[in-house]
Amino acid sequence: MRYLPKSPADREAMLKAIGARSIDDLFAPIPAEYRLNRDLKVPRQMAESEIVDWFRERARENGDGFATFLGAGAYYHYRPVIIDSLISRGEFLTAYTPYQAEISQGTLQSIFEFQTMICELTGMEVANASMYDGSTAAAEGVMMAARLTGRHSVAIARSVHPEYREVLATYAHHQGMPLATVSFTDNARLDLKELDKSITPDIACVLIQSPNFFGTIEDVAAIADIAHKHGAMLVVSIAEAVSLGIVEPPRQADIIAMEAQSFGVPLTFGGPYCGVIATREQYVRQMPGRLVGQTTDRNGKRGFVLTLATREQHIRREKATSNICTNQALIALMANIFMTIYGKVGLRELAKHNLAKAAYAAQQFGKHAKVLFSGAPRFNEFVVQTSEDPYAINGRILEHKIVGGLPLKKSYPELGNAALWCCTEMSTRAAIDTAVGSVAESERSVKSAKEQGDVQEVAR
Amino acid sequence: MKHMTRKATRHTNQNEGLIFEKSSPGKAAWKLPPLDVPEVDTRELLGASERKHLGNMPEVSEIEIIRHFTRLSTWNYAIDLGMYPLGSCTMKYNPRVNEVVSRLDGLANGHPYQPEKVSQGALRILQTLSDCLLDITGMDAITLQPAAGAHGELTGLLMVRAYQQSKGAPRKKILIPDSAHGTNPATAAMVGYAVENLKSNARGMVDVAALTSQMNEDVAALMLTNPNTLGVFEQEIHKIADIMHAKGGLLYMDGANMNALVGKVRPGDFSVDLMHLNLHKTFSTPHGGGGPGSGPVAIKKILEPFLPTPVLIAKPDGTLGFEYNRPQSVGRVRAFYGNFGMFVRALAYTLANGPDGLRQTTEDAVLNANYIRKGLEGVYDLPYSTPTMHEVVFSDKVQAKKGVKTMDIAKRLIDYGFHPYTTAFPLIVPGALMIEPTESESKEEMDLFIEAMKSIADEVEEDPQMVLAAPHTTRVSRLDEVAAARKPVLRWKPS
Repeated sequence: MRYLPKSPADREAMLKAIGARSIDDLFAPIPAEYRLNRDLKVPRQMAESEIVDWFRERARENGDGFATFLGAGAYYHYRPVIIDSLISRGEFLTAYTPYQAEISQGTLQSIFEFQTMICELTGMEVANASMYDGSTAAAEGVMMAARLTGRHSVAIARSVHPEYREVLATYAHHQGMPLATVSFTDNARLDLKELDKSITPDIACVLIQSPNFFGTIEDVAAIADIAHKHGAMLVVSIAEAVSLGIVEPPRQADIIAMEAQSFGVPLTFGGPYCGVIATREQYVRQMPGRLVGQTTDRNGKRGFVLTLATREQHIRREKATSNICTNQALIALMANIFMTIYGKVGLRELAKHNLAKAAYAAQQFGKHAKVLFSGAPRFNEFVVQTSEDPYAINGRILEHKIVGGLPLKKSYPELGNAALWCCTEMSTRAAIDTAVGSVAESERSVKSAKEQGDVQEVAR
Repeated sequence: MKHMTRKATRHTNQNEGLIFEKSSPGKAAWKLPPLDVPEVDTRELLGASERKHLGNMPEVSEIEIIRHFTRLSTWNYAIDLGMYPLGSCTMKYNPRVNEVVSRLDGLANGHPYQPEKVSQGALRILQTLSDCLLDITGMDAITLQPAAGAHGELTGLLMVRAYQQSKGAPRKKILIPDSAHGTNPATAAMVGYAVENLKSNARGMVDVAALTSQMNEDVAALMLTNPNTLGVFEQEIHKIADIMHAKGGLLYMDGANMNALVGKVRPGDFSVDLMHLNLHKTFSTPHGGGGPGSGPVAIKKILEPFLPTPVLIAKPDGTLGFEYNRPQSVGRVRAFYGNFGMFVRALAYTLANGPDGLRQTTEDAVLNANYIRKGLEGVYDLPYSTPTMHEVVFSDKVQAKKGVKTMDIAKRLIDYGFHPYTTAFPLIVPGALMIEPTESESKEEMDLFIEAMKSIADEVEEDPQMVLAAPHTTRVSRLDEVAAARKPVLRWKPS
């Protein structure tokens, strides 16, 4: 086996040194009745070329080369090539968690820079080294708010990503944490009157997403005022990190739980992504996850270490702030490099491109179908309501090697034939026009079918 | 210090400040293509929501970024540089073909919500990996969704709770041996269970008598690591399972140490009801400086109704898809379907090995641990003489007499060109040195390691102060962790 660095003679010599007759001696502690006396039923050993071929075949069955208008928590942005050049360095790729600081300064300093940039972008004072993803970060953010307030229930906006809400429900269920859902108004923003009424004295926090699941930017200041008035915290989930380049961050939040996938992380069918929690300094001791801090060595030289570990499971066991151990370090490094590449000016320009593409697409769709929720600002996603079922329209768009917007029927049946469309800097005008053409064609045929029906009715 | 030249030597590495210290207005590492749609007035579109400035985000050029991160990388130790004997972490070789196939366009650019019709490749990868992992573990069903080992534990205990609830009551407690990883009790607490410690016997195994007396109808499950964190196989595993099952409890296995078992013995065959795997340990996906991981949970049939949603299924027309309507499910544990990129890598590893390679891998891992044990026995105290599987735990008892603790020995090991072993864990061994070489080490590398450890033991006798001041060869010496925690500086600020 090509990954194993031993010759048969090495193995013999080692067994001899140990004083074992054969390798079976070393497995003697396993009761005989449980030992496996057959080959595992896994495919036979393959050559590297066969492995590459097998996965190429799978890639071809997977929409290889299709354009996409899907967003909804996973965004197709351009990934500068140096991200992969740098994260492929073995010293990053094959390093362990940086517990041994003296030989992990590269990882530690880069996480310190990541924490800093997340703070700059979110307007928060501290950020952790990463969480699994945006959905679990949101759930952990809510539980953090419960610890901080000593309260036990949550008000959650219905405009938060449906899967994020499901994850929160799973986490909250066994914490004995009831969830109250707050609906959205006809501009897709949170219903503030309903929010005001739903914050009972036991509500620890309000969880919103901004831009929300429909792409609409929430009035965070107004929501924060209402939450704080009732002694509750505001937790804001950000699923589309590129929005931070042009959209004012939710500075009034107490906790921000974000997904950094948009920052240079490939879609990869849903993961690995990169969650992050950011908050105010005063709350840091209730924050879950690893944190890197600056310190000095014995000679006064600047260095970095994992710190405030007394929050964590390996020290506190059942009293820890979370059970999280392994996080998403290498993915956070991708995001770190992405943020460094675009920086202060580029992130804004990139976000503007997203805004412009989405504005153009929404305008074009609006000529033929109904674009919902136009009364409030949005970033790079919008909802189009059609006469025909969007699954049927998408089926025809797919013939152009384009994946249409996400039908919303499953999660928001009240919106009827609606789909959530996303445009990024990767969406070409040509692809937008093709998709709009298919929607226009659908509307025309529905209309003519209807007219024909009317004519028949008149004739009768 | 005579041995040090054999493995390690000093070489120049470069100083590098924080990226913010290199920033100056007007430098850039990005270029966008011309916009093919009309420009927009951001003020008009966003109103009060428009962001005015991006604070202190850096402005640097591409070459500076390359040098910055390359220089930082040279300050790290890594598997690619040498042995990483961290116990229970299984720091094995991360094959490069894994990285290549996970970046193929159709896989790397696959959107989780693209229609199933154009997702068959990804779904087939899920299914093939699931099938392999099921035979490797001897279990009946699996979810690949958990993002890491601890997340797998959470998912597993949620299923335990749902199962017990379906039998009448969720029960109150989880039994956890005193040798367990910290994630076990932390997870139990997250699922609303009280933790009851189970002490180990003189051989480092579960004390069956204690288990018998502690097991009752309040206990939902036992979380057992097997081989445990001493590297010891629980020889009375059948009794343990019987005791749990007789009183309606479940046996959960923490699969952190699965590298000792693959192809040789299957947890499903020794009556484990559910377990998680760590693809970033046993199945070679890279640790990446702390993640991403992946923690699939394999289960017996009795737990199948409680699997998190969605569940991968074969449809009547032969295509693959997801099933969402599972009334008894514990719910969703994360968005989308798990760390798919890690599934690709773990499957590539499995295909590269085949049944013979997987078995040989396990045998070599156990051979290596026993070789190190033999090499260091007598030099370091071995608190448990029970046979070793894939890792071995010594203590600093001998060296502590000179005031040198496990952490000091570990730090000195850095000067010899090795990453330290796991220190001070498991908790049942005071001053533990926990060593897991994995199968990826050659005899030569392990001889160097043994030589280094012996040399340090000599140094402890001759010059303990020198060992206490180690490491001597790194960019930074021991860092002031107390100051870091007392007055945390968690981000850079402009001066």
